[in-house]
Amino acid sequence: MAAPIATAHTGTSLRVSLWRGRAEGCYQEFAVPRRENQTVLDAVTYVQRELDPTLSYRFSCRVGVCGSCAMTVNGRPRWTCRTLVAKVIEDGRIEIGPLANLPVIKDLATDMAHFFARWQEARGVFVATATRAEPLAGIRPDSAGRIAADQAIECINCGICWSACDTVRWNDDYLGPAALNRAWTLVNDARDGGGAERLTAITAKGGCQACHTHQSCEQHCPKGLNPTASIAGLKRHAMRAFIRGDLG
Amino acid sequence: MSFRRYLIQRITAVLMAPLIVAHLALILWTSGQGLTAADILSRTRGSLGWGLFYGGFVALAAVHGAIGVRGVAREWSGLRDAALDALMWGFGAVLLGLGLRAVWAVIA
Repeated sequence: MAAPIATAHTGTSLRVSLWRGRAEGCYQEFAVPRRENQTVLDAVTYVQRELDPTLSYRFSCRVGVCGSCAMTVNGRPRWTCRTLVAKVIEDGRIEIGPLANLPVIKDLATDMAHFFARWQEARGVFVATATRAEPLAGIRPDSAGRIAADQAIECINCGICWSACDTVRWNDDYLGPAALNRAWTLVNDARDGGGAERLTAITAKGGCQACHTHQSCEQHCPKGLNPTASIAGLKRHAMRAFIRGDLG
Repeated sequence: MSFRRYLIQRITAVLMAPLIVAHLALILWTSGQGLTAADILSRTRGSLGWGLFYGGFVALAAVHGAIGVRGVAREWSGLRDAALDALMWGFGAVLLGLGLRAVWAVIA
């Protein structure tokens, strides 16, 4: 089995405490060789490949693109592939658990079906208003809609904002920061034709108005996005629609 | 929270803001003038203007507070919608009743 990490040993070891089980379970500690430039995902991968192959976790790209390796590291949701051990280690130890606010399938792997279902419920799907036979829509880079969408468009669906959000924890109906952030990009997409249905979706029970503006999503987003600002944009958008009489 | 309740809560907040500023300014001004309770009551008693000012304030606060309490209870208690609505209307009615009673005491 290939060693997962090519960087040099530092000669010390790291205590890695990993969640084992499902909703019920406990943390299990492993000693992992400390390496230079070691990421949290490197440490988890070492445990799975060298110490306990029954450990379940999820990753894919290892370079911060796919959004699949998010876990709770020392109490905070993080993308583990881009989080250096040196940045989060406390007293030679790291505690790694599954993302909060999601059912645990096993160990560090969560069931994200509910999280992604919210994207559908928020009408986070682009609705085309033209066919491919028609000319490309001209969207000026300096148009207000394009600029607003640009600030929210790099989401990698990692679920960190969902895990960090207090409102998600309190309110089962809440669509969540990521789905609403996606809806905001489409509200600002001049090519999209799903505005009326989306407006209904984002103002239904658990819609944008449920956000408390705690900004945990903005604080934890590994891509530096600000879903709270997107949700505030949706609130303004819905308010204007209400004043125009477009909101039933 | 429904979007309608959200809007009503925001609108009542906007309407209350200048009333709160006026109320606080009034407290500071009367303190500075050394007015006694009797002096103040002599000005408020029989005054339709002060009745409308504080009556409106109380009505807005009752609506705003009741919606807010419903939201807090929704997230912290796990109550269902019917119970939450009962709590909201009940809390709002109590606030309105107590507030209007206080207003009546200074204008009647």
